[in-house]
Formats: sequence, C-alpha cells, structure tokens
Amino acid sequence: MPEIQFREALNQAMCEEMDRDPDVFLIGEEVAEYDGAYKVSQGMLARFGPMRVVDSPISEAGFAGLGVGAAMVGMRPIVEFMTFSFSLVAFDQVVNNAPKMRYMSGGQFKVPIVFRGISGAGQQLAATHSWTVDALYAHVPGLKVVVPTTPYEAKGLLKTAIRDDDPVIFLENEAMYGHRGEVPAEEYLLPFGKADIKREGSHCTIVAWGHGCLTAMAAAEQLHKDHGIDAEIIDPRSLRPLDIETIAESVKKTGCCVTVEEGYPTCGMGAEIAAQVQEKCFDDLDHHIIRVGSLDVPMPYSKVLLNHVVPGAQRVAEAVKQAVYFQG
Amino acid sequence: MITLVEQSQKVEPSPAQMMDWYRQMVLIRQFELRCAQSYQQQKIGGFCHLYVGQEAVAVGSIAAVRPSDYIITAYRDHGHAIARGMDCESLLAELYGKASGCSHGKGGSMHFFDREKNFFGGHAIVAGHVPLAVGLGWAIKYRKEDRVVLCYFGDGAMNQGAFHEALNLAGLFKLPIIFMVENNGYGMGTHVQRASAVVELKLRTGDAYGIPGKHVDGMDCLAMYEMTLAAAQYCRAGHGALFIEVKTYRYRGHSMSDPQKYRTREEVAGYQEHDPIGRLEKLLRAKNLLDDAKVQAINNEIHAHVEEAHHRADAAPFPQTQDVWKDVYANPYGPYQL
Repeated sequence: MPEIQFREALNQAMCEEMDRDPDVFLIGEEVAEYDGAYKVSQGMLARFGPMRVVDSPISEAGFAGLGVGAAMVGMRPIVEFMTFSFSLVAFDQVVNNAPKMRYMSGGQFKVPIVFRGISGAGQQLAATHSWTVDALYAHVPGLKVVVPTTPYEAKGLLKTAIRDDDPVIFLENEAMYGHRGEVPAEEYLLPFGKADIKREGSHCTIVAWGHGCLTAMAAAEQLHKDHGIDAEIIDPRSLRPLDIETIAESVKKTGCCVTVEEGYPTCGMGAEIAAQVQEKCFDDLDHHIIRVGSLDVPMPYSKVLLNHVVPGAQRVAEAVKQAVYFQG
Repeated sequence: MITLVEQSQKVEPSPAQMMDWYRQMVLIRQFELRCAQSYQQQKIGGFCHLYVGQEAVAVGSIAAVRPSDYIITAYRDHGHAIARGMDCESLLAELYGKASGCSHGKGGSMHFFDREKNFFGGHAIVAGHVPLAVGLGWAIKYRKEDRVVLCYFGDGAMNQGAFHEALNLAGLFKLPIIFMVENNGYGMGTHVQRASAVVELKLRTGDAYGIPGKHVDGMDCLAMYEMTLAAAQYCRAGHGALFIEVKTYRYRGHSMSDPQKYRTREEVAGYQEHDPIGRLEKLLRAKNLLDDAKVQAINNEIHAHVEEAHHRADAAPFPQTQDVWKDVYANPYGPYQL
C-alpha cells in the first residue's frame, strides 16, 4: 500500500471527487495560485482551472456564504478556511445559514457543503489564532463534525464529507499535514458515526481524536512500557454524529474513562462524552470520568506556556494512572 | 452613469399585465391586514413584519424577471412570496405554525421558502442572506445558465459586514445579481440619516465594488417594472451585478410590536398620499380599465379569497411533535436523546 502524507491524502480526496462530480469546487484564501497556504490544494488549479479552484479575497463571511448559496442549488462546495480561527468571522454563515436551511425550509433546501481547514493550537500563534473549534461546532444541530487522525482517515472521511448531503465541518491539524501513512490506491469511503479502536487494552478507555489521539497513543505506549497499564484508545472520527455505543462498550470492559481534547474542558467535547458515558455505563464505572483538555485560559504565545496549556502525553498518562488507581 | 435601456427599447406593459399587478398589490395589502388581525388574535407568534406601503416594489420587480430566476429576500418577505405566486393559504398556514405551511411550520413569518418557485427565503439575520445571493449567482455563472438573482434587503442591511463582503465578491466575480435595497427610511426605528454615513444609498456600491447604482421610485409599480426589466437585461448580457436603490415607505411599524415613536402621523399620512395601489388605480381608471364598481368587485373578491385562505389555514392541523426531528439532516442518524 502506498505511503503518502496527510496533505496528499486530502488532495487526493478532493481531486477524485472533483473528477467524479462536476458540481464540486474548492474556494478559499490562497487555494489556487498560491497552491494552498499549507499546500493541501497543490496542483489543483492547474488541473481544474480557476472556476473550480477559486481564490477568494480575505472575506470569510463572504465566501462561506457564497458556498452555502451555491449548495442551495445543488452544488457541492468545499470551503477552505485557512484556519478555523477565521471561521469565527463567518460564524453566522456556518451556524445559521448552512445547518438550518434544510430545517427552516421544511426540507426543501439541502446544503451539501464541506468547511475544512486547520483547527487547534500549534505554532505559537497566541489566543486569536489557536482555536480548537470541535465543541463549538458540534454544539449545533444540523452540522456534522469530523476529525481525521491518520492520512487513511483523512482521505476516506473527506470523500464521504463531500458526498454528504448535509454541511460537514472537517477539522485538520497543521502539525499533522506532513505525517505519513498507508493509503490504499483503490477508492474507499469511511462512514461518519463509526469509531475506530486505535489501540486495544483492558485497563482504561481513552477517548481521543485528531492530534489529541496521537498524544493519547504516545501516553498509552509509555504507560504500557513503564507500568504495564494497557489503555484502550477509541477514536470517534466524527464528533457529531458520535459513536457512543463503541465508547460505552469499551468503558463497560475497562471500568474507567479518560477523554482527551485540545479544546477547553468547560462545555467541551470531553464534558459531552462524559455525560453520555455515565448515562450508558453508570454502574460500570470504578472511577469518575476524567477530562484532559487545554487549560482553561486563552492560548498564550510563549512556547513554555503553550506547552503547559495544551495537553501532552504526560498529562494523559497521569489521568489514566489516577483512573485506574495506580499506586506508583 | 450607465444607461440601462434606450428609450426605444422600453416595453409598454399590457392592460392585462397592469391589471394583474393591481390585483397582486391589493392581495398583498389585504393579506397583510389579515396578518395584523391574526397577530392580534395571537394566531401568529414571533416577529411579524408587514409590507403595507411597499407593495409596488415586490410586484413591479418580480413581474420583470422570469420564473427560472432566483429570488431571495430578508425577513419582510410576505410581499415577495405573494408576488412570486406562492399560495396565500400555505403562507397563512406557516404563520399559524401549521404542518401545511410553506416551511412546514418550521420557519414562520421571516422564513418563507418555495423551492419550486425558486424562492430562496425569507432570512432573518440582517444582511446574512446577501452572501447566499452571491452563491446563487456563482452557481449560475459556473453552470453557464441564463438566469439572474434578485436579492432584496432593507436599508439597515447596508451597514452590515456581510453585505459589503458579498458585494465585493459579486463585483469581483461579475455575477448576475440585482441587489435591490428597499429603502423605507428606517432600520427598525433608526432613520437612515442616523445610520448611514452616505445617505444616498445608490452611491455606495459603484466606486466601492464596481457595481453601478441606480435609483427608482418604489411607490410606482410601473417604474419598478421598467427598472428591473432593464437591470435583468444588463445582468443577462454578462455585465455583472447591479445595485438599485428603491425609495419606498412602510405604513406600519417595523414589526407588530413597534410603537413608532420615531416618526409622526403626518409623515406617514404624507406618504400615504402617494400610495402605490392608489397610484396604479388612478392610471388604470384613466385608461378606462377600472371604475368604482370594478375596484369594489376586485377588493371584495380578494377579501373573500384571503378570508377563505385564513379559515382553511386556521382549521389545518398543527405538526406532530415527532416532526421536530424531521429535516435536521438528510438521513436522521439518531440524534442525542435520553
């Protein structure tokens, strides 16, 4: 199986869907002539031309709304936010116009649109540019929220997103664009609402996705090596819809649960997952559910402070040790 | 300034067309008066923004575009929906929150939709729909279709960021969109002079976004028709977008809950002297197409039509509570439920 970069997997997904369906087009800042701020759309302008790979001015509310309007007549826009931190200036388009049109029109208008781009703190960009938006958008009925962890998932989930008849928030991470992974040469799709068991284990369930899932995997390897603790990692892949069944099945087996997110803990995804887990597994829990997330402060600039705020493998490992009552 | 149509190209509307417009305007007015009554009877909830006084704008402009053209508007949408041919009963049913409403009771007064009639809403966030119009225009250009978008909004929308982003994109991409501001003088209770740094709205898009601005008397149905027809020709010819400032006036408050302390009765009465229905009626009388008896007959007939629609909508069933889960997604995936 060929091994390709995360960004190439996304590029392949978009190109294949654009070959398949003439109604698919990509719009965003620097996606065309610049070849993508993070080179995700590299080569696409040359291949598809300027009507299908469209450079927009810096005008998020404008081009997000353009996408929604085009989707209302059956086009399938892929709207790239250079970062989802900038989606906040288009918030009304993303949380009102995209997800509520079908409902408010009594089912007359569908909005098959993908909003994609990076989410999360990574490169010392300070508070305004470091939003992890998964919980913000997962809050909204009518939206779907998808977070791939591997290049394989990036391609399979993005193709599903483009074909989906509802608006999809597709969250990527800058630090992961260069990650390599095996991606089949033949076509495949991955479903939403179906979690992936990234690591099997019997002592503690960790629910983690995207970049946080990589952190959790590092923590799990360390816990195994140092203490013989075997964590089971469940990657939901999509946060809305959320595959709570697979998560609950794991928690029933392990008796404890740690959630890992790079967003904030207050009203975060971890809080939501914890609530749903206790509804399904109240009698199976041997310890309260522990949420690991960014510390509840605006994202600082200094690397030392940033690394303290965003959860690392050490914090995840400590949470798991606490959950399993590890006496070290 | 660009010239939209040569004098010789002007199309004189036929007597049948003008009679149709007269009937449509009377229908909108009677519909709105029925709404006011139903609102007071608490059959209508939420916000309800009436179109009384502005009838000529929707009727004259929509008459000038084709059924295949796209129409999108803001929350004062009853007039546009009726002028587009949406059925009064489905509109009243929507207002009464009934399952048979045009949006199945999910939208209400501010969110009328009709896919078949290319009526794209009914949008309640001020200027939030203007970028959607750009998307409709983009799809037309992308698919090389012979259509235009007619996008309405109020004067208040022109001070929102979404408006300016949308206009810049429409100008940049040269999209076939008629942007039509219905300048009724007030954004809720704030006069346009207290809200807009440049009060002549038609001047605000030409230099800024390369979208020429025209202006027209919105109390004159024929002028509305003529201007919109010319604008649609301009857009269809591939010249890009056009902006039209329509000077109009609403007789009622911003919404049903507006005490209107920001204006005088005399001001309202002054505009009512130039009533758009009265104006067309006068013209039709001069052409011997209307007389007292015909005016009375038309009004009675339309009144009966609206009342019948009201009774049927009123008697129609409410949605089932399980319908709340319908149309959230294409395929329900099992939403969060305890």
